[in-house]
Amino acid sequence: MWSIYLNVVVQGVLTGLIYGLMALGLSVIFGVVRVVNFAHGEFAVVAMYATFVLFKTLGLDPLLVVLPIAAAFFIVGFLLQTVLINSFVERPEHEQFILLVGVAIIVVNVLLMIFGPDTQPTNLSYAFDSYLVGPLIIDKVRIYSAVAALVIAAGLFAFFRFSRVGIAIRACADNLVGAAVVGLNVKRLYALTFGLGLACVGAAGTLMVMIADAAPSLGPAYTLLAFIIVIIGGLGSMAGALVGGVLIGVSEALAGFLIEPSMKSMFSFALLIAVLVLRPQGLMGRRL
Amino acid sequence: MIAVWRGLSWRQRALITLFFAALVLAPLIADRYLVSVLTLILYFAYVGQAWNLMMGYAGQLSLGHALYVGLGAYAAALLWIYAGIGPWLGVLAAILIATAFGAFIGWLGFRFGVEGVYFALLTIAFAEFTRIAFDHLSFAGGSGGLFLPYEQRRLGEWWNLRGGQLVFYYTALLLATAAVIVVARLTRSRLGYHWLAVREDEAAARALGINAFRAKMAAVMISAGMTAVGGVFYAFYYNNLFPGQIFDISRSIEIILAPIVGGLGTIFGPVIGAFVLTPLGESLITITERFGINAPGVKAVFYGAVLMVIIFLRPSGVWPWLAGVLGVSERKP
Repeated sequence: MWSIYLNVVVQGVLTGLIYGLMALGLSVIFGVVRVVNFAHGEFAVVAMYATFVLFKTLGLDPLLVVLPIAAAFFIVGFLLQTVLINSFVERPEHEQFILLVGVAIIVVNVLLMIFGPDTQPTNLSYAFDSYLVGPLIIDKVRIYSAVAALVIAAGLFAFFRFSRVGIAIRACADNLVGAAVVGLNVKRLYALTFGLGLACVGAAGTLMVMIADAAPSLGPAYTLLAFIIVIIGGLGSMAGALVGGVLIGVSEALAGFLIEPSMKSMFSFALLIAVLVLRPQGLMGRRL
Repeated sequence: MIAVWRGLSWRQRALITLFFAALVLAPLIADRYLVSVLTLILYFAYVGQAWNLMMGYAGQLSLGHALYVGLGAYAAALLWIYAGIGPWLGVLAAILIATAFGAFIGWLGFRFGVEGVYFALLTIAFAEFTRIAFDHLSFAGGSGGLFLPYEQRRLGEWWNLRGGQLVFYYTALLLATAAVIVVARLTRSRLGYHWLAVREDEAAARALGINAFRAKMAAVMISAGMTAVGGVFYAFYYNNLFPGQIFDISRSIEIILAPIVGGLGTIFGPVIGAFVLTPLGESLITITERFGINAPGVKAVFYGAVLMVIIFLRPSGVWPWLAGVLGVSERKP
């Protein structure tokens, strides 16, 4: 009996790592630019459809297109921040929010117009293969996508810790005035950050295709999911996003297994409410 | 109410009278379709006004107002279906339940310092939580929906909101008018000034001895109660309720569009916003259908674009500008 639970938990952890990568993008954007990307999940779904189309037309494996799609999303994010969002950075919160709600509505409905409301499955040839590790049965697609997510997240960690640009971006997040005083081009760093955030969500969306079917209605759901994860993990904490993602992944898997799959996100929301009340800065966040 | 009226210039009085008279007399010349559009406009003006009270005046961003619409709608509909209690009593239950929810969310948020975007997320979380809960409440129809019976013999009972189109049109007009009066009255009250102080600078308001917590709680509760009344109207107008529709986040966003486009924190902003947006959306549907495009997303894409353009160019909304042109600017409270 316990081996079933173990399987469910491991599956949750693996799914959670992809969630974590998606939330990482949101966390990076909010931590530095201080703008809430309300269109986050919608961008993930765009990546899902892009992967789906590439797979259907050219037969490209999602694992092959992760980096190209992430790069494309980086450019989109860079441009979006430069053209649109930079002029909103100083504006009141609700105005930023509404701007991005507008972006989200447009993205999700354009997808709806192109692809229709039905789910689009990507049938990988190895979708049903699995590894047997002792009592565990691990799906090939889950382990591949989770490892890829982990590698990309590690790359981002390294970038922020060691590269000069990464350190400059962290400086903007820590002390905006100070960063401007020492001559950093804050607006450009913001654009880079938004690009990186979207690259994360693009990669996460691409990997998500391996374990879930694309549908426009997933957009708002993923946005909320990313928010929940980031708040639970702690805004501004990169490790927190991954931990929160794993936590939500496991909670979803267990709730889906023990109670009912359609009620799984209810537990995520309950978790969010509990965290907001008991520890508003999140599990790994600093007091804001 | 009289005090508010006295505070207006003759131009403002004349315009309001004309506008109101036109709405009262509209069904005389308008056809069925136009009346239904006007009903929709007035409904959005009403719920927009309720949201505006909380965001525009007290400065608390809620993105989960669909929660109160849904709760009000379900409360009244369930009472009607199971106990035969009409909406005039059911609305009290609706207000009570929604106010209690609003109070709980407000308390959670304001007590624990959950502010701004975080508070908005808390409101979304509650709306989504409730949506999924209602999906699994079998006595409320679950995800299959709740249907109000359509009974021929009750059609004349306008007091039970059972009747033709005009019953709903005038109910919506009554609601929208009442909301305008209530908000106008409240914003010139002691509480209204407290809201403005909290909105502008909470720390300063506290320093002046204003109980910010109480002011914000009052805003959430009044707004929730008002929105629930809109929900009762919705239930009896459409006669069917689906959790996936009524509690959905897109509904919450729909509610906030009119006040934002019209002008946050103005009394006529939500009304003007509804009069701009709803006809635009309707005509867009007609136009796309005429061109043979039957794409469900067109209207929403257009709304998204409107939202972005308005917030980009005129973040304070259409009404302050329009009022300036007409020479009827609202007195800055």
